[in-house]
Amino acid sequence: MDFWPYLLLASLEGAVMAAVLALTALGLSLVFGVMRVVNVAHGEFFMLGAVLAWWFSSVSTQWFGISPALAFTVAFIMSPLVTAAVALVADRLVLKRLNYQPEATIVATIGILYIIQQLALTFYGPDARPVVAPFSYRVQLPWFGYSGYKLFVIAAAVFLLGLVWFLLSRTRAGLLMRATQQDYETAQAFGIPVSRVYAGVFAFGAMLAAMAAVLIVPIQQAHYLMGLDPLLLSFIVVIIGGLGSLRGTLIAALLIGMSDGIISVFFSPTLAKILATTLVAMVLVFRPQGLFGDRPQ
Amino acid sequence: MTLSALMPVLDRYFWLHIAVIAALLSLLFVLPEYHSGIMARVMVLVVYALGYNLLFGYTGLLSLGHALYFSAGMYGAGLAIRWLDWSLFPAFFSGIVAATLVALVIGSLALRTIGVAFMIVTMMFAQTGYLLILYFNEYTRGDEGFVIGQAARLIEWGSITVDLSAPDNRYLAAWLVLSLCLLVKLILVRSPTGRVWIGLRENEERARLLGFNPYRYKLSAFVISGIYAGIAGALYAILFGYAGATFASIQYSILPLLWVLLGGAGVVLGPVFGTVVMFYLVDYLSEQTSAYMLFVGVVLVVLVLVAPRGILGSLRRRLLHGLP
Repeated sequence: MDFWPYLLLASLEGAVMAAVLALTALGLSLVFGVMRVVNVAHGEFFMLGAVLAWWFSSVSTQWFGISPALAFTVAFIMSPLVTAAVALVADRLVLKRLNYQPEATIVATIGILYIIQQLALTFYGPDARPVVAPFSYRVQLPWFGYSGYKLFVIAAAVFLLGLVWFLLSRTRAGLLMRATQQDYETAQAFGIPVSRVYAGVFAFGAMLAAMAAVLIVPIQQAHYLMGLDPLLLSFIVVIIGGLGSLRGTLIAALLIGMSDGIISVFFSPTLAKILATTLVAMVLVFRPQGLFGDRPQ
Repeated sequence: MTLSALMPVLDRYFWLHIAVIAALLSLLFVLPEYHSGIMARVMVLVVYALGYNLLFGYTGLLSLGHALYFSAGMYGAGLAIRWLDWSLFPAFFSGIVAATLVALVIGSLALRTIGVAFMIVTMMFAQTGYLLILYFNEYTRGDEGFVIGQAARLIEWGSITVDLSAPDNRYLAAWLVLSLCLLVKLILVRSPTGRVWIGLRENEERARLLGFNPYRYKLSAFVISGIYAGIAGALYAILFGYAGATFASIQYSILPLLWVLLGGAGVVLGPVFGTVVMFYLVDYLSEQTSAYMLFVGVVLVVLVLVAPRGILGSLRRRLLHGLP
């Protein structure tokens, strides 16, 4: 094979990664934007989504004997909901009581990270387990056949991102979120239940991570330590895109996802990560508003 | 400096620290071998936590990337022994120099940011360091790490040879370094520079108005804290004869935060108690159950919720007013 098939393959892999990353990072970005909370446990919500997806799909195929496609649908609905419920409990029991102070919440979410990780290890075990893809159709490209499911992941992610955009810009819930993000004191003075908005945003952010995870488990197996990579990559994306800027987050996810895919194929995955982490640190130091952020902070 | 100039330093709190140091020495003769082995390891890690406390507890800067300076010390010493056949003392110092340089470069960059951005920048640079260790695994052997042979762990002084891989010598070496680091820290936090650090933690604007350059003082705290981490890392490599990428991972950046929070941030002796208590609890729990990480998580959450001052911080509020 010569250069072009490789590049096409790398771009496709990169696009799948960018799609999933955009969803995950959007969750982190919302939580940071609205609540000013750096959620270090975000990757564990991703992992929880994947592990629960395995559980729901295997329970529904074994006990109720339904088809893989239907089992995947059950997992895709149930797993994000349960993950959101866990996040809601964490918000009410811990973050709210800390009054969302930045430093205290970072330490607390590190604690939540360990708690979720250990519970996953205890109840799910150390094995990596796959979820059966809802369909196994191969798309024939000029040089090679490509998994139709991976193309479906890209489409599903784009659809979900559109849905989030609609929710934020065209509904009342989105309006409340944006008002709280701009100035929570004024929002409170206008009778917006800020505390409930915070709880909702935290749960919604976790839900987005879990959705991304359910989409990825048929490709990458569910494992209790799988949360670290999406966490770091989401940080990278959110920072390069500008903290709290949704448009920037999407552009950065595309940039990081594609370049990670391409560098990983042509050089090494470790080198891709080294470049990304260094870039993000440098961006924060020299351009804190992000590469695509508008207003300086 | 004359003796009278030292007098304000030699107060009852100075003697309290001396007593703790003496107690740690006496443990060598009291404890059974298993526990003195653990304590040697704990004391090396206490040095790491002491430095972390200088930055977090005194200057008010929360770094999530101190594993970088710990591993710079560890690999600075370890690689010098492994590839250059350096003997113990030059290798130890090359570890410290490596950590100092890395802390100076990263600190001068990271301190241009504040708050949450500072935490993430330190974390990202540490992650870069961890990935570099994996990337150059031809030299570092990556996750697997490498063993430092006994031959490189001997102190030879004329006809006297001290083998640092022997348990008692190891304990004494760790104790000696810890004692020096503890006393230097006590002097540092009570020096004029230390007072400026505390001033920056309490109110940076006010310190600036008084004519202090916040950046310079923060950088000095950052670098000294990195040197402590480097000393601990280099000492760990030499005393326990091993260097591995695990020590550069995020977990090793979070552990000193946990130890300092538990013992009491902004108290010189805080990390000593925090590290010992946490290490023994984890050791005990990991025998009982495999779920000890759950416990670490719960401790972190409970600490920030109900006891953000830690063990000694709470004690200082009730009993020991003015404990440095």
